[in-house]
Amino acid sequence: MPEHAGSPFMNRVPFFATTFVVVFMSLLPFAWFLNTSLKTPIEVTAIPPVLVPSGTLHSYRSAITEYNLLHFVRNSLIVAGLTTFFTILISVFAGYALARLRLRYRGPIMGSLLLVSMFPQISIAGPVWRILHALGWLNSYQGLVLPYVTLTLPLGVWILAVFFRELPDELEDAARIDGCSHVQTLFRIMIPLAAPGVFTAAILVFIYAWNEFFFALLIMTQQKFQTLPVGIALFQGQYTLPWGEIAAASTVATVPLVLLVFLFQKRIVRGLSAGAVK
Amino acid sequence: MLSQNSAARHAEMKLSSLSRERIFALALIAPCFLFVVVFAFYPILYSFYLSLHRIILGIPSLGQPFTGLENYRDLLHDRIALHSLANTLLFVFISTFLEILFGLIIALVINRHFRGRGMVRAAILVPWAIPTVVSSQMWRFIFNDQYGLLNYILYGSDTSRYSAWLADPVYAFSAIVAADVWKTSSFAALLILAGLQVIPDELYEAARMDGAGAWQRFRRITLPLVKPAILVALLFRTMDAFRVFDLVFVMTQGGPADSTNVLQFYGYKKMFTEGLMGYGSTISVVVFLMALAVTLLYIRVMGKGMLKAENA
Repeated sequence: MPEHAGSPFMNRVPFFATTFVVVFMSLLPFAWFLNTSLKTPIEVTAIPPVLVPSGTLHSYRSAITEYNLLHFVRNSLIVAGLTTFFTILISVFAGYALARLRLRYRGPIMGSLLLVSMFPQISIAGPVWRILHALGWLNSYQGLVLPYVTLTLPLGVWILAVFFRELPDELEDAARIDGCSHVQTLFRIMIPLAAPGVFTAAILVFIYAWNEFFFALLIMTQQKFQTLPVGIALFQGQYTLPWGEIAAASTVATVPLVLLVFLFQKRIVRGLSAGAVK
Repeated sequence: MLSQNSAARHAEMKLSSLSRERIFALALIAPCFLFVVVFAFYPILYSFYLSLHRIILGIPSLGQPFTGLENYRDLLHDRIALHSLANTLLFVFISTFLEILFGLIIALVINRHFRGRGMVRAAILVPWAIPTVVSSQMWRFIFNDQYGLLNYILYGSDTSRYSAWLADPVYAFSAIVAADVWKTSSFAALLILAGLQVIPDELYEAARMDGAGAWQRFRRITLPLVKPAILVALLFRTMDAFRVFDLVFVMTQGGPADSTNVLQFYGYKKMFTEGLMGYGSTISVVVFLMALAVTLLYIRVMGKGMLKAENA
């Protein structure tokens, strides 16, 4: 038994050292911010830095009462939730059609979806703003959800197409022979089987919508509708930056994602490489 | 006679089932198609149309007179725009190069079986999952001139030596590169890891039997076989680096002295801060065409790479 199978040029000591450095560097900066969120205002700016915070929830309380933190959280949940729902709904249908039905121009369709995922947002920003302006949908949830659905569709469709393609043909054939129509085959047989793929795609779409900043900044100019990233980016104190509150809001924005990552890292990795490699 | 008849009817049914399947498939992709056309392809064309007009949001009475290529001529003489272009290209080159390098190293490290591998993988995914706005604020805090962690690590409590990193053109640019590399190397690592995992162990075993050293095994087996995955990671990272915005908006607002101004941020400011919809759209079109050119280039190279990998 070789002591390791994959990478050929590392033995034990350098391996653990590298792993340690990588993990340490990945977690340290955010751990520092999390630590900052639990400090009193005086501890936040102290030199030398306070390593063990007094554990006060002052910054969280202040972020909620002075900076409307919960309000941003609510907007983010609504926008990310609606985006995930609609993107997945549309992606399930499109992914199934592209993976398992005889369809013309399959290549160009998949290619143009890939192109959409590559667009720099600025290349569509002006027109999207104008369309939403004309509809009166700036500063509305649907105004942000519509572009988000568009921008996350490539991810959703690619992942689901890959999942549908990997399902065995026999089940579908059996359903057809039993006289199931296309619609029945899709809803009764295929969609339940693709549930893991749906779940994976939903996690990735949710993370995208939860984190997106550029369009949120353009479309939500009133605080009433702003999402968490916009809120965090625009946090302003009267004289100095309220670092404790910024760190608290950042922690609130990040903890759900860190939980998702630790619970579903295998799925996320598979989803990312399905969207990218195939 | 009878069997011939039924065969014909069978063929007819098959044909109609094929066309029914096609109609069903079209109906299934229609909503996706609609979204992409209305909110992605139409806006691209509309951007091009807007870039040929003078539109100032603050002065609606101006209307939108057609000005031909005037905006494009102005763009060529806009020193800040050219500076932003240079910054964008520099940012794309440096950050992508470092991300692929670190990504490859991380992938090589975690591509083996060890206890706690899932935890390690989750830990390196954390930077990827953090909202970019959050990581931008976090790095801005670490680079802070009065109580930032970096100053403390370098100079201890001697605050007289503390440096305002984000107020210096070179350091500010480096800070943005560092924040981007920190956040996205793990993404590159995961894509490259997916490529590493399909390389069969037997190849390494055989090479080892033949007396190939570690470096030789890496050069002759790992690198060529993982090349397609590296190219995919490179494509995704390049396109993402092109649209860097959040980091610049939060950490530097393009400053100091436009040293961190990039095209996406400059276009945003022209369109939405100054209200120059026509001129801003010119920047949109240029950024789009550059991104398109890079994508097509990669796809050509990758197409060839994949073919070679399959033949080998």
